[in-house]
Amino acid sequence: MVQAERRLTTGPAGPGGGATRRRARRFALLLTFLLPALVLYTVFIIYPLISALQYSLFSWNGLQQGGFAGVSNFVDLFTKYPLSDQVPRALLHNCIFFVGTMLIQTTAGLLLAVLLHRSRRGKRFLQTAYILPHLVSPIVAGYLWSMMLNPQFGAVNAALKGIGLGSLAQPWRGDPHLALPVAIVVNAWQWVGFPMLLFAAALAGIPEEFHEAARVDGASAWTSFRRVTFPLLTPVLGIVTVLTFIGNFNILDLIYALQGSKGNPSFSTDVLGLLFYRTAFESPDANAIGQSSALAVLMFALIFGVSIVANRFFRRMEARLK
Amino acid sequence: MSTSVLEKPQVVVPQRRTRRRLPRPAAIASTALLWVYAAAALAPLIIMALGSLRTEQQLADQPIGLPTHPVFENYAQAWSEGGFSQYFVNSIVVTVCSVVLGTGVAVLAAYPLARFRFPLSGLLTAYFLAGLMLPIRLGIKPVFFLLNSIGLIDSRVGLICVYAASGIPFGVFVLSAFFRALPMELEEAARIDGAGELRIFAQIMVPMVRPALTTVALFQFIPLWNDFFFPLVLVEDDKYTLPVGLTRFVAEFEAAHAQLYAGLVITTIPLVLLFLLATKQIVAGLTAGMTK
Repeated sequence: MVQAERRLTTGPAGPGGGATRRRARRFALLLTFLLPALVLYTVFIIYPLISALQYSLFSWNGLQQGGFAGVSNFVDLFTKYPLSDQVPRALLHNCIFFVGTMLIQTTAGLLLAVLLHRSRRGKRFLQTAYILPHLVSPIVAGYLWSMMLNPQFGAVNAALKGIGLGSLAQPWRGDPHLALPVAIVVNAWQWVGFPMLLFAAALAGIPEEFHEAARVDGASAWTSFRRVTFPLLTPVLGIVTVLTFIGNFNILDLIYALQGSKGNPSFSTDVLGLLFYRTAFESPDANAIGQSSALAVLMFALIFGVSIVANRFFRRMEARLK
Repeated sequence: MSTSVLEKPQVVVPQRRTRRRLPRPAAIASTALLWVYAAAALAPLIIMALGSLRTEQQLADQPIGLPTHPVFENYAQAWSEGGFSQYFVNSIVVTVCSVVLGTGVAVLAAYPLARFRFPLSGLLTAYFLAGLMLPIRLGIKPVFFLLNSIGLIDSRVGLICVYAASGIPFGVFVLSAFFRALPMELEEAARIDGAGELRIFAQIMVPMVRPALTTVALFQFIPLWNDFFFPLVLVEDDKYTLPVGLTRFVAEFEAAHAQLYAGLVITTIPLVLLFLLATKQIVAGLTAGMTK
């Protein structure tokens, strides 16, 4: 945190023009360092995002920008068919996806981290095994699982038959009621290692004396976990929740590979990310640019807003538990 | 007195054991659960690797099985006819160039932001760090128009520019923290010796933050290697990277499961190798800020 104050050039201060020359040299030096990043970042990240905001406020006719439209593109998202059907449906799917992923992935991640913390043999191998799926591209995970879930040639149904549970075999991806839960499980398979690692790191940071003290006071293992360990994990839980939320509301690749760009079957796995892609690049609507940009702004506001609120909530909870 | 001296080591030695041990059945259940889940986590990846060595016929007869006579034709076909050789080269070129460019400009920018004091430095830092929160994908349409207008659409260079830019916020964030932590005496001494600013930067400061550079490069490499959305929109056919190449392969050769397994392995292998080489850095990076 040491913010260094110092002069950029050495040598005696020259008389008269020396100061300005030095200042010019200093400025040139700063530019050399900062300009490449500044240009690249501004041109390819900031400018497009500001443009998207601007696009969303205008009406479009194909590639032609029309007049100022105010919030009418945003209103279209909820009132103009077919968007009025698609947007709430995709939003709902994202919410289900988030809640489902949180339940599976956070519980499993926490459980694995706690058990791993107490076990001694094979710790490193187990940790590597849990984290490996996380490194795989979501596209690879999607195609891998779509082959494994194939009703005829898939490994999942074959395995079920192998252990005598053939009656449980399902058309996992084809059943509109099953498709979304299945996608959630696949996503959780890929992500479990991440909360596990975060929880494991936090657990390693809790001094053993805390448990010792709880035990001396006669607390059972469960009470000790609930009253001592768990409160100390709240900050991590907050981070996991926010990151899972951001990840889930941006999800696109995995579902694209599992169920195509339309969220098959019959839109039962459609999410905002896919809908945004389709609205931006496959929509026949003349105002597609306006609408897709409005959707982008809406998604951004949602992700950003919820992240900030959740962050504040967890901070408060942390403060209360201390 | 002598007894207390003798007792002391006994208190110290079993310290490991002060961690509450689970009762026996619980310990067995816990170990079983850990290994069962490890099997569940790895099984799909193992099925993928084994499947890539089996024939289409074997896969159809028995979805799960060992490659009794491993065949490598799947790889050969996916590599040449499936187009994976081209996708692989594209992925390597695009990812490596993006990581080098992104990390390079980030280390340049992080240095003055962390160690010089000048007007606007706080504002500039905030400007770069804001990018950590921005969902870059949502600007895809303007990015498309922008690249189109400067003739970089359907070009690897355009993709590299976008990717490199996307890594800047994280790079500036990590590297400026490392630069800030370095002692001032380092450059003072060099400056007294008459070294110029650029030389101090290149020969003294950059080598000092080398571990951070590795972390930054790794954490750009993985998501860029796996990215699918930008190449899907910004480039076409022969410039596709592996993840988009996979979607094209699936659309074209729907029934070639064995070859698809090979394609999935080709896409995944470089990351697994990277992970095994740099497990420590990756785990440390994923849990950064979590340990005290």
